[in-house]
Amino acid sequence: MYAVNFLLLSAALFSIGVFGVIARRNAVMVLMSIELILNSVNLNLVAFALMNNDVDGHIFALFVIAVAAAEVGVGLAMVLMIYRNRRSIALDELSEMKG
Amino acid sequence: MSILAVLATDVNVAQNVGFYIIAAIMLFAAFSVVSTSDVVHAALWLVVVLGGVAAQYILAAAEFVAVSQVMVYIGAVMVLFLFGIMLTKSMIGSDTDVNNKGWGVGIPVALLMFGVLAYSVIDAFDNTVLVDPSEVQIASTTTAISDGYLGDYLVPLIALSFVLLAAAVGAIVLARKD
Repeated sequence: MYAVNFLLLSAALFSIGVFGVIARRNAVMVLMSIELILNSVNLNLVAFALMNNDVDGHIFALFVIAVAAAEVGVGLAMVLMIYRNRRSIALDELSEMKG
Repeated sequence: MSILAVLATDVNVAQNVGFYIIAAIMLFAAFSVVSTSDVVHAALWLVVVLGGVAAQYILAAAEFVAVSQVMVYIGAVMVLFLFGIMLTKSMIGSDTDVNNKGWGVGIPVALLMFGVLAYSVIDAFDNTVLVDPSEVQIASTTTAISDGYLGDYLVPLIALSFVLLAAAVGAIVLARKD
């Protein structure tokens, strides 16, 4: 197994996630794209752990999984609050704070 | 890398075939996540991507991370996503306006990013072969992870537990009605 396999796959997943963050209007879909990005990073960490024959990459991957779970919890709570106040979660309508 | 070059080295062919099949499924599912117009379908395609990532972890000899991925992502995070969709969507079915007006800008940005990443990855790690760990190493991986958590990474682990506590409290405060 070549290391390039894992690294190219995670680069592709990362790019797809970035496209989703830019293109999507629905806040829940943006959060899903962020999950794609975090998973590609995890795949990289595990591949590097295999490359270096060390478990530190696994430990960092588990840290990232835990932080992603916290991020989704807080993010969805914020989306719910915005929906309750505005009856919409379209991100381009949230423009009160622009300069 | 041609087929002959692959066969000449000590690369595990069956492992590669499995990798490419899972990778193709994952890429198709990831495209569907960012291109479908139904939010529920996007969440269900995301399950396919997360399961594929767990399968790749097993191919990369990271069983503990794979099981954690299945439990945390597919078990907990997807339920959160589906609840979030159900609580914020008035109608089930395709939405007409899930994309921004300027969504086309994302295509060149993503392609450019993939090009830069692929160039640097191929430049740095071309022909780096991942050696399969021995059975003894695989059997002691979980022990090594727990040694790391309760040894070198104890302080980050405690800090992370406070992050999770703060996130749980913050989510309750944000979502509470009063």
